[in-house]
Amino acid sequence: MEVFINLLVNGVSTGLLIFLLAAGLTLIFGLMSVLNFAHGGLFVWGAFSGAWIFKETNSFLLAIAGAVAVGMVLGWVLERFLIRPVYGNHVRQLLITLGGMLVLSESIKIFWGPNPIRVNLPAWLEGSYQFDGIIIIKYRVFVIVVGLLLYLALWLLLSRTQIGLMIRAGVLDKEMVQALGINVKGLFTFVFLLGAGLAALGGALLAPYSGVVFAEMGMQYAILAFIVVIIGGMGSLQGSALASLIVGVAGAFMAYYMPDLSLALNMLLLAIVLLVKPTGLLGEKGSAV
Amino acid sequence: MSLLKLDNLETYLGQYHILQGVSMSVEEGSITVLFGRNGAGKTTTLRTIMGFNPSTTGSVHYHNQKISGIPTHLISRKGIGYVPENQGIFSALTVEETLNLAKSKSTGETEEKMEWMLELFPDLKKFWRKKSGLLSGGQKQMLAIARAYINGDGLLLIDEPSKGLSPIMVEKLMESILKMKEKTTILLVEQNFLMASEIGDYFYIMDDGKIVHDGLMQDLKEDKETCQKYLGIA
Repeated sequence: MEVFINLLVNGVSTGLLIFLLAAGLTLIFGLMSVLNFAHGGLFVWGAFSGAWIFKETNSFLLAIAGAVAVGMVLGWVLERFLIRPVYGNHVRQLLITLGGMLVLSESIKIFWGPNPIRVNLPAWLEGSYQFDGIIIIKYRVFVIVVGLLLYLALWLLLSRTQIGLMIRAGVLDKEMVQALGINVKGLFTFVFLLGAGLAALGGALLAPYSGVVFAEMGMQYAILAFIVVIIGGMGSLQGSALASLIVGVAGAFMAYYMPDLSLALNMLLLAIVLLVKPTGLLGEKGSAV
Repeated sequence: MSLLKLDNLETYLGQYHILQGVSMSVEEGSITVLFGRNGAGKTTTLRTIMGFNPSTTGSVHYHNQKISGIPTHLISRKGIGYVPENQGIFSALTVEETLNLAKSKSTGETEEKMEWMLELFPDLKKFWRKKSGLLSGGQKQMLAIARAYINGDGLLLIDEPSKGLSPIMVEKLMESILKMKEKTTILLVEQNFLMASEIGDYFYIMDDGKIVHDGLMQDLKEDKETCQKYLGIA
């Protein structure tokens, strides 16, 4: 029982971290039809800048806020100068965002050097909870709570606000949204910044979780996030949340019971979903929430 | 007085030269019908007015203000509502959400406009919480027209509203469009001559990207030769 609960907590917390990366990715694809490979670069910048701010200030909350701000500034630069000129052209988007990803990852080394950096847990999140002999690491619970709150906030934003309504309509028919007097370019920028902030937040939360950050981790997690977005259904926030949990939990259990197969697991999940439901688990056109 | 004036529009779609010097005007408070065979350039004319397919030369004036060359959302905010040929329904949004979205950047008395549309199209009130994608073809068209009117009631551009609808539904829709003339101006693209000629005041006929005929609808109804030549109506 102890092992089961621990694996479940691990899986859910990892899944929710992946969700933070996948949420932006799926909304950006749904609304803007942009396959943003540079998203992993924003994630790794969030991880490094968060770790650095935490080390310098010893304030974890400041580290998170700083990482989100860094992610959003970089996201704005990416959208404004790299992605906006190639809207509507998938091949160019692929090349330029892949290039953006490499530049973002490599530029980490200019500021923090080529070696991995160790990151400590904030003192107030160290230790564990014990229930009936079951030990649950405090930081993982924190990640789960933050992840669920963010999911709820995103869901409320999309389903209960005017800008959310515009985003959902934009995912369905961009032209028609413009014909209703809505500035779709402004909406694109908003969604891109939101996605960038979430990716950086994911990175900042992951840093103390994994204990070490390295420049190449962006690509590693971006691939996981892409798998999640495809499994969940491109453009669907709920789909991404569900797929993140499936990938996270299945990964945790497989790594424990069948470690040899754990690497192949995500691809296997992806293949099964694509064979059974090619649009993804919740990927109906328009299901942004 | 001309509310909308198109002057010598030339529009290309990729390598294709679609509009070849289109000039026309729409009188305030009228229904002007744009006729023409498939591929004549009718839809492109509406899309050029809305800024989706900007013209390379020529201009569009609305209320004597140049609107060609400005982004679509700003054209819409001048008070121009658009109903595309495919209706542009937001299938996953409810009727309520769709009409609220139309209100968000609307000009004028939005509540009054909303009330009038629900009075004109009671089905929309009946299916207020229903997903738009689940409505019937006729109801979708009503929703598209109501959305366009609530968004911009200065001028409505309606692209083939009768397409794919049953004759009874077409008749109902045309009655509603005729009622809407009391409060707005309409530029209607239509292939259904019998129906459109009953409600239109003025007409233009397009052929191969050019306006080949125009005038009063009453005159067209009596001009058998033009009807036969350009519209294939005996």
